[in-house]
Amino acid sequence: MTEVTMTVNGKSVTKSVKGNTLMTEFLREELRLTGTHVGCDTSQCGACVIHVNGEAIKACTMFAAEAQGSEVTTIEGMANADGSLGVIQQAFQDHHGLQCGFCTPGMVMSAAALLKDNPKPTEHEIRDYLEGNICRCTGYHNIVKAIMAASGQDVSGIAAE
Amino acid sequence: MPKDHGIGASPKRREDVRFLTGAGQYTDDINVYGQTYCYFLRSDVAHGKINRIDTSDAEKMPGVVRIFTGKDFEGVGGLPCGWQVTDRFGQPMKEPGHPVLAQGKVRHVGDPIAAVVADSLEEARNAAEAIVLDIEELPAAVDMKAALGDGAPLVHDDIGSNLCYDWGFVEDNKGAVDEAIKNAAHVTTLELVNQRLVANPMEPRVAVGDYSRANDESTLYTTSQNPHVIRLLMGAFVLGIPEHKLRVVAPDVGGGFGTKIFHYAEEAFVTFAARKINRPVKWTASRSEAFMSDAHGRDHVTKIELALDKDNNFVAIRTETLANMGAYLSTFAPSVPTWLHGTLMAGNYKTPNIYVNVKAVFTNTVPVDAYRGAGRPEATFQLERVIDKAARELGVDPIALRRQNFVTEFPYQTPVAVVYDTGDYNATMNKLEEMADIKGFAARRKASEAKGKLRGFGVNCYIEACGIAPSNLVGQLGARAGLYESATVRVNATGTISVYTGSHSHGQGHETAFPQVVAEMLGIDESMIDIVHGDTSKIPMGMGTYGSRSLAVGGSAMVRATEKIINKAKKIASHLLEASEADIELKDGKFSVAGTDKSVAWGDVTLAAYVPHNYPLEDLEPGLEETAFYDPSNFTYPAGAYACEVELDPETGKVTIERFAAADDFGNIVNPMIVSGQVHGGLAQGIGQALLESCAYDENGQLLSASYMDYAMPRADDVPFYSVDHSCATPCTHNPLGVKGCGEAGAIGSPPAVINAVIDALQSGGHKVEHINMPASPQRVWAAMHG
Amino acid sequence: MYSFDVVRPATVADAIEALAQDEALPLGGGQTLIPTLKQRLSSPSVLVSLSGLAEIQGVCKTDDGKLAIGGGTKHVVVAREAAADYPALAALAGNIGDPAVRNRGTIGGSLANNDPSACYPSAVLASGATVVTNKRQIAADDYFQGMFTTALDEGEIITEVRFPIPEKAAYMKFEQPASRFALTGVFVAKYADGVRVAVTGASEGGVFRWTEAEAALSSKFSPDALAGLTVPADGMISDLHGTGAYRAHLVGVMTKRAVAAAH
Repeated sequence: MTEVTMTVNGKSVTKSVKGNTLMTEFLREELRLTGTHVGCDTSQCGACVIHVNGEAIKACTMFAAEAQGSEVTTIEGMANADGSLGVIQQAFQDHHGLQCGFCTPGMVMSAAALLKDNPKPTEHEIRDYLEGNICRCTGYHNIVKAIMAASGQDVSGIAAE
Repeated sequence: MPKDHGIGASPKRREDVRFLTGAGQYTDDINVYGQTYCYFLRSDVAHGKINRIDTSDAEKMPGVVRIFTGKDFEGVGGLPCGWQVTDRFGQPMKEPGHPVLAQGKVRHVGDPIAAVVADSLEEARNAAEAIVLDIEELPAAVDMKAALGDGAPLVHDDIGSNLCYDWGFVEDNKGAVDEAIKNAAHVTTLELVNQRLVANPMEPRVAVGDYSRANDESTLYTTSQNPHVIRLLMGAFVLGIPEHKLRVVAPDVGGGFGTKIFHYAEEAFVTFAARKINRPVKWTASRSEAFMSDAHGRDHVTKIELALDKDNNFVAIRTETLANMGAYLSTFAPSVPTWLHGTLMAGNYKTPNIYVNVKAVFTNTVPVDAYRGAGRPEATFQLERVIDKAARELGVDPIALRRQNFVTEFPYQTPVAVVYDTGDYNATMNKLEEMADIKGFAARRKASEAKGKLRGFGVNCYIEACGIAPSNLVGQLGARAGLYESATVRVNATGTISVYTGSHSHGQGHETAFPQVVAEMLGIDESMIDIVHGDTSKIPMGMGTYGSRSLAVGGSAMVRATEKIINKAKKIASHLLEASEADIELKDGKFSVAGTDKSVAWGDVTLAAYVPHNYPLEDLEPGLEETAFYDPSNFTYPAGAYACEVELDPETGKVTIERFAAADDFGNIVNPMIVSGQVHGGLAQGIGQALLESCAYDENGQLLSASYMDYAMPRADDVPFYSVDHSCATPCTHNPLGVKGCGEAGAIGSPPAVINAVIDALQSGGHKVEHINMPASPQRVWAAMHG
Repeated sequence: MYSFDVVRPATVADAIEALAQDEALPLGGGQTLIPTLKQRLSSPSVLVSLSGLAEIQGVCKTDDGKLAIGGGTKHVVVAREAAADYPALAALAGNIGDPAVRNRGTIGGSLANNDPSACYPSAVLASGATVVTNKRQIAADDYFQGMFTTALDEGEIITEVRFPIPEKAAYMKFEQPASRFALTGVFVAKYADGVRVAVTGASEGGVFRWTEAEAALSSKFSPDALAGLTVPADGMISDLHGTGAYRAHLVGVMTKRAVAAAH
């Protein structure tokens, strides 16, 4: 067991973890932050994407021990301070960018990382950036649209409804 | 102006807030105090005889609570099949047993042999590795044709062959069909494969079993589309737990697409084991485990013949299909290639003679069952591909050939039993031609060719049958269940409402759309209405969500229950208003006396129902809660026309989707935003089938595509923005909402459009390719080009 | 996963010492190793994380004009910081896996693993780069020894990779549709003394140099120079996603495209 200390969604936490404890397990089981999901075991689906020191990473493919001293943000930390939905979250709701909701936390975290680096991405850049996030419900149409809208772009020309 | 509330409006989905903030409650988020973890030791061979399972060392490993094998399930029922098909000769299908844990033999890679229950998952897995197995590998039956041949290895020794059934439909039509084909001016023949797919909802399956000794009650939390069906099958047929002692909860479920309809061994196991060890038992599938334990979809091999007269009218269709059942019969497997496939072979066309033959085959592979569309994509693909091939052979325009043969008068009795109540196939085709900008195609092709690419255009129609019913008919066809739906509308004293529905939402947005209907009927605000679903302890017996049935069947039950509420509320209002019940009108949430200014508000009536001080107690019970069960009189028949434009790189064989248009007739629409979303998702799955996805086995029955490293899921950059429309509405004639269902259309209608477009692209480049099997992967397209 | 410890030394010396323990394995970005551990295909006693080794991270130019990349440098950093000096290499790094993978995966980890479908080996081989370890310097031509096999000894870690900067170069990857790894990827690099062409994803022997193409391109650096040249399908990987013949064909197509795109 190793003791790790990190800041998760603005709160400092210290826990004893086993070497093989993944960030997904640490968040879901130790901290009860169950918004970070596990959809595969080969690091491809992206349902577990979180931010570590501001960068999007797959929490299923990082050991908690390696997050020592890091700033971690999960989907639970993405709402505004007053509890209302953040800009990206709100755009996903406005544009029906989610259905079953399982991939959604990873999608939102990836979208946030994209917009941080590229505040006005093109459709192509968004689709390319989402290579590591699989959604089985939406066909991606409304996810791409929501991210464009969240970046302040006019999406009224993109298909009805 | 689009509506801003009620039926036809697109309010934001209320469920989104919890999903977007990480507050959803999926089954894996549920942990019960004192829970143990279960790990299944699964077969790594496709077929083998179990000589010995020695768990003695494993039992001594740290953390192990108990290890179970097939022996523990002797005397316990096997997993039942919910549909019995009768073959061409009047005999019931072969129905071999399906044990919870393997007994005597293993029959596919992933077949569970033993289950270790331990204090942690790691300990359970460690112990599973210490189990000593002596399994004698046997030759495997993998290819369907070979599996039906003499001397093929038998998946189930006791049934003497690998044939589950040989089904003919309609058997009495066979002679007329043979005759019509013999005398036809032209016959187009096509042999094709509708490949095996894996549904892949992003949430892998999870089951948590709990047992309370205090009242001898079991609770199962599970990732299910239909918790009541699981309760019935597991309680009555597998474990012998009476329904009042068994609660099944399906909380937030992360997608289903059919594969979460079925009752699985893992559900029965955790429920059984929790009773045995008197502790909760949790099982969470890894994705790798999902690939070898979730029921797969499709897997048909078909020969279709389309006969035309000299004027290009369709005169007959004859098909022969081999349908893979896998190693065991999954819950509804036998119905998919038969009643969900044969009945749709008429498509949108008036073909007088149709005969469908299906041989269902057992193989040493994962069981196959319904996956989004279930039988209907298989019917649509072969029909729409053979029509396109016929158009090329005859040198006629594929759209004109379709239009010429459209059914135009309704109701239409097909030669394959079903009766289409309504539709307008020319209207959706007209809409499609406009959306797809066919006029601009030539210029777009030229632009592609200037870049060294080929460009192709493909179109197809589809029809599907949703809301499968009525119960008495499906009973005759072999269903071992009813296919009604239930709803309870519970009005509270202050006027708020809880609607308890047997439909289950796992992405479809029922929590938003269902209140729109009730709000519209009552004239109250949608925010006053909540939907409760997914818990057998709360809701009346329901059949769940599959086959695009929720609104058409579950929504209709809700309408019927709400009508009962209105009737009773009017009685109460008439008492409060001292007026005749016949004069009471309900509008905008107010009951008024016709022709007067006297009225009472909704809330006054609901309060009177629960505080019946001024109330006709002698004639009317207090309270305001009604239940309805709705059993439809017919299927609904959504239909539409789809167009796809592809670009093909002749150097690599890679196909990209450049444009996709879908014109659907779903009847009336409650929430257009949700309907479009359903179509988008279906299209991506259909495009996935057409270009990317394939669940492949090698000749020994080893699963080759066992993870996302080899099973190609559609990603954001594999698909374009889609153009979808559902303005061509012919309302269903037999349900109160006039709705038809929209969940599966996209997956049913899109694969032939893509392949038709790929063939068009190849032919435009001078390649004489008549057909290409799905997925049209780069290597397959390249190989087809190089003959 | 089996049980193991994770240690996170701060210096290369400490890392090497930690790696001397029985059944110790180095942990780079973990993007391949962790999925392997989940499948229980490996059972280390201790993982020595290299992510805390500041001294092996970063991109810089050496005095002799080479581009030096620390072994622990993440793909995302290479994509950003190599862009000015070696744009083809930066573009390759910027298209490995997906963004989240690029934020963890490292060049040293990729090269030590030497997956036959990985991108980096083709760049290293086509550039004639030098792999620097805690013990020695290894020429690219000596480093790659077949799929998942390299010249590295146990306990030896890559501290730096030195790339001679070409006049022109490009990498063309044809992606396997499911994993998005290279079904076939070709890196072409033109130097004053000749052209080097390295192919990944295609061969059962792992990354290899296509010497016939190198000769043809060295005399004329143009796609037409490749006319009539093919690699034999024998020895090419044949799987669900492509036969050996298809991969051999793609080698030609991707090489041509890389030459056309080189800048």
